[in-house]
Amino acid sequence: MNPIDQAKNAEAFLADTTHEDRLDKLLWMMRMRRDAAARLVTEWEELRTLASEIKEHTLSNLAEYLEQFEANAKANGVIVHWATDAHEHNQIVYDILAENRIETLIKSKSMLTEECELRPFLERRNIRVTETDLGERIQQLDDQPPGHIVGPSIHKTTKDVATLFSQKYGSDPNNEDPAYLAGVMRDNTRPDILHATAGMTGANFVVAETGAIVVATNEGNADLSAHTPKLHICSAGIEKIIPTTESLAVFIRLLTRSATGDAITQYTSSFRGPRKGATMHVVLVDNGRSERLGMGRFWHSLKCIRCAACMNTCPVYRRSGGLSYGATYMGPIGIIVMPTFDVRKYSELPFASTLNGSCSNVCPVKIDIHEQIYGWREIMEAKGQIQVVKKAAMRVADKVLSSPELYQVSTTALSTTLDLLPHFAIYNRLNAWGKHRDVPEAALETFHQWYKNHRLKANEVLGL
Amino acid sequence: MMEAALMIPCYIDVFYPQVGIATLELLERLGVDVVYPKEQTCCGQPMANSGCYQEAKATEEHCANVFGSFEYVVTPSGSCTHHIRNKFTAGADSPERQRLSKNTYDLIEFLHDVLKVREFPWATFEHKVALHTSCSAIRGLNMASMSERVHDAVFSKPKALLSGVPGIQFVDFDRVDECCGFGGTFSVTEEAVAAKMGYDKLAFMHKASPDCIVSSDMSCLMHLQGCARRQKQEIPFLHVAEILNGVSL
Ligand code: SF4
Repeated sequence: MNPIDQAKNAEAFLADTTHEDRLDKLLWMMRMRRDAAARLVTEWEELRTLASEIKEHTLSNLAEYLEQFEANAKANGVIVHWATDAHEHNQIVYDILAENRIETLIKSKSMLTEECELRPFLERRNIRVTETDLGERIQQLDDQPPGHIVGPSIHKTTKDVATLFSQKYGSDPNNEDPAYLAGVMRDNTRPDILHATAGMTGANFVVAETGAIVVATNEGNADLSAHTPKLHICSAGIEKIIPTTESLAVFIRLLTRSATGDAITQYTSSFRGPRKGATMHVVLVDNGRSERLGMGRFWHSLKCIRCAACMNTCPVYRRSGGLSYGATYMGPIGIIVMPTFDVRKYSELPFASTLNGSCSNVCPVKIDIHEQIYGWREIMEAKGQIQVVKKAAMRVADKVLSSPELYQVSTTALSTTLDLLPHFAIYNRLNAWGKHRDVPEAALETFHQWYKNHRLKANEVLGL
Repeated sequence: MMEAALMIPCYIDVFYPQVGIATLELLERLGVDVVYPKEQTCCGQPMANSGCYQEAKATEEHCANVFGSFEYVVTPSGSCTHHIRNKFTAGADSPERQRLSKNTYDLIEFLHDVLKVREFPWATFEHKVALHTSCSAIRGLNMASMSERVHDAVFSKPKALLSGVPGIQFVDFDRVDECCGFGGTFSVTEEAVAAKMGYDKLAFMHKASPDCIVSSDMSCLMHLQGCARRQKQEIPFLHVAEILNGVSL
């Protein structure tokens, strides 16, 4: 499989300025709201440090905490499953549904189920799945993966949604009023929710001490999905575990402030066990996480609480759109996580960054995201995943720049061409620099020549 | 007299020799004995930044050999300084390499923290300046406060220095420390996004009606200038060193 060409996808996204401009402004506003929220919490930086330390501690003692969770959850009446990979996860979920003869499933947003591609797996087995998160449902109807981990359809305009709903639900294509559109969705999904016989949620946090699953939503749809049917299945990545309810408080204070600038989501729901007469399952999923935990430089990415602050602040993400990454996780966190799933497919992602470092500064759990992006570039070289043209250009640069003689020859022979941008530009795709920018003109005299002519010669004249 | 070696990044050597000259003259005015080692080429950043460590090895080693014996190495480039100080690992570890990593200063740091100059009486600049500080300088070298760290005190070393030039005024513009889109090899591998970031940066600055755009990193300016010229904007672009050395528009 060819690597995902993020740059090309981004160019296509940029060609349509309405969407790009809107996405950029909207997410920058989120970033500003995040800043304002953080300003109101005097101990913000201490909270980040604490959150990072709690995560590092938990991940360093992962096995014990997971077992503690399992014991407590079982004591609460929850059935706990362990899945090594995506396929096993999907099979477990399907088996539970099949056993209970379930044909319709409602579900709240879960990036893990996206990662496992659960929906197509179940649909191929004739189970009808309805997403209950508004943005996720929009993406489902449009047959598109999420473009953002907090707002899956954030790249769409209200016009896009009005058009989509008119095609799918026969609503008024010209009515772009968000309240109207939300109403259309409600009218169309409520029956599914009320009649569903099984509900699924993800998990923001898994609390070892109590065996509780904690889910944060603004729409209350996790509660609907968990409480309406008699069967609740929750999928959680094993890195979601935290030790105690007390530590949960640290993350709750950081999560929504980092994501949208609100102090807290409308609903923060804790599911600790099945309701009377109902069943609750928790599927704990590894899917490459243990392996990542063993990666000396990159295990920190497991601290992620999926707040999307790094995407909102990322100048590249805002101008490329989330779909350009061709990945479940996109933006800065996606760049450092996706190659652990498939190094070739995602080999270009580490280059979709200017390494500006803003992401690391906003990350509530202090992942050194941009340092990891830099580190992944090195891995791509070591694994032979650097494009042939780029590599060839760098070889030339290597020759020229490591030799003072060659360097002098190639810099003084220049007139006004791109010849010398070489060290980073000669491998341009069809003279990429010049597509949207003028090329700098080489000076008539390099600094080196000037120095020779004005200083060294002068010194000779003066007999120095 | 304090001795310092002058490191002129390859793109300044070729495209912006006037910035090298301003840096040299400025240091000399301040009484520094400036040595310019003529065997110098580049710090290896373009290759290492692209993931090509093997290709960066010889250049980094050459750089360490040329500059490794000086007590101060000064360069008018935040990104080269950031590379040499924090990322200089492609070449073999050696005493020269370690010394160079430790002794390299961006010009702004050298003036602000080592020489501690605040006044530039030979210069006047009666113009409104839009000051752009590179991400390497801000988040790599801590040369200015970062907007994400909302509880930190606000400061900017380049601005503190420029404030010592009589007549200068600064304009405020939106998203002041958002990346301009240069990003080294990024500027060509992701040219569409890079250019859009550059255009956006210029638009934010333009709203504040500056007379010129100023930075202590010429690489950002090379990119922004390329964007501006394509849009037929004639606004001047200047390195901080040029203003501190007394350039007039
Ligand atoms: S990496 Fe950090 S900022 Fe990005 S989504 Fe995860 S927790 Fe949030």
